[in-house]
Amino acid sequence: MHELSLASTMVEQIEELMRSHGIKQLDKVTVTIGALSGVDCEAFEFAFPIAVEKTLLEGAVLSIVFQSVEVTCRDCATRSSPDPLYLRCQTCGSNAVDVVSGRDLMIQSLEYTDSTDITLCETESGLT
Amino acid sequence: MCKDCGCEEGNANHAHHGHHQHKHDHSAHRLELGQKVLAENDRLAEQNRIWLHERGIVTLNLISAPGTGKTLLLEETLKILEGKVSCAVITGDQQTDNDAKRLQGKGAKVAQIETVNSCHLDAHRIAHALPEVIDEDTQLLFIENVGNLICPVAFDLGEDFKVALLSTTEGEDKPLKYPSLFSVAQVTVLTKTDLIPYLQWDLDLFREYIQRVHPGVYTFELSALTGIGMESWLDYLQKLVPSKTVK
Repeated sequence: MHELSLASTMVEQIEELMRSHGIKQLDKVTVTIGALSGVDCEAFEFAFPIAVEKTLLEGAVLSIVFQSVEVTCRDCATRSSPDPLYLRCQTCGSNAVDVVSGRDLMIQSLEYTDSTDITLCETESGLT
Repeated sequence: MCKDCGCEEGNANHAHHGHHQHKHDHSAHRLELGQKVLAENDRLAEQNRIWLHERGIVTLNLISAPGTGKTLLLEETLKILEGKVSCAVITGDQQTDNDAKRLQGKGAKVAQIETVNSCHLDAHRIAHALPEVIDEDTQLLFIENVGNLICPVAFDLGEDFKVALLSTTEGEDKPLKYPSLFSVAQVTVLTKTDLIPYLQWDLDLFREYIQRVHPGVYTFELSALTGIGMESWLDYLQKLVPSKTVK
């Protein structure tokens, strides 16, 4: 349920991006899901085809990039990647850590094949 | 034929000299975004946060499983804070206004949001409820989220911080089972401590687990029913709010 509503929110967002970038058909959506995002990758994968039905995204493949937890240590200032269930600095063992990565749910990239012209520069003046 | 320059179709990646370039190849494109799925919710949450801060209001987002005792804790909290801290409550449930009814008449303005088919509150719904419960005296706003340990975590409402609650009947390892909430909530409240003698509840184990997923987290252990432990919780709340003259 939660993943389906998140997937639907994402689809709406991507449809808007497709319109603004003149993308007619999408091949692949890459999404980053953090270990502490509260989003289950499998449930998200399950929800995706349902969310894209009858939208501009229909037929697009979903690719998930899992984002592990990263913390910075307030004691030794290093960055490490502990188990999400045991948030300790992996360098000095301190528990004075701040989570800096692992909470994201992000649309990373869109891949598409398109025969529409994509104008890379707005100025017409340089056209030769 | 290319409409800009008239060159042949299928001329992959051609570039015109000068500033203007346009692609009309038929190969794959990749648009790098790094855009948050909940960007719109986050934007609205930030608006709520600014709105609340302009009025000097501290906001707590209370999250727990159904039946942890959020409403009883709030009932008792409102009773004791009446006349000391001016409170407001927004409470969310899938259906019914039972919680709002329980919280009425304790000196705080209360708004109920029925989320119907949604498992969490979102910033948009909160934005609509805010003018209903906030007046110029309000110092402390409690948002009692829908009973759920997963979904509400992802939705920023504009609160200052999240408070995670769990009861002694739920098992000591709940922080390990639901780390996304317990690792982010600045405060954890253990409720129903009066039941510990009747349960196989290991308080030390709970303390160890919660410190594992959230080192240094502020923890309260209390029973809203008997009042044990309530004092330090209420003390804490009173220290949170900037002084404002309560009329």
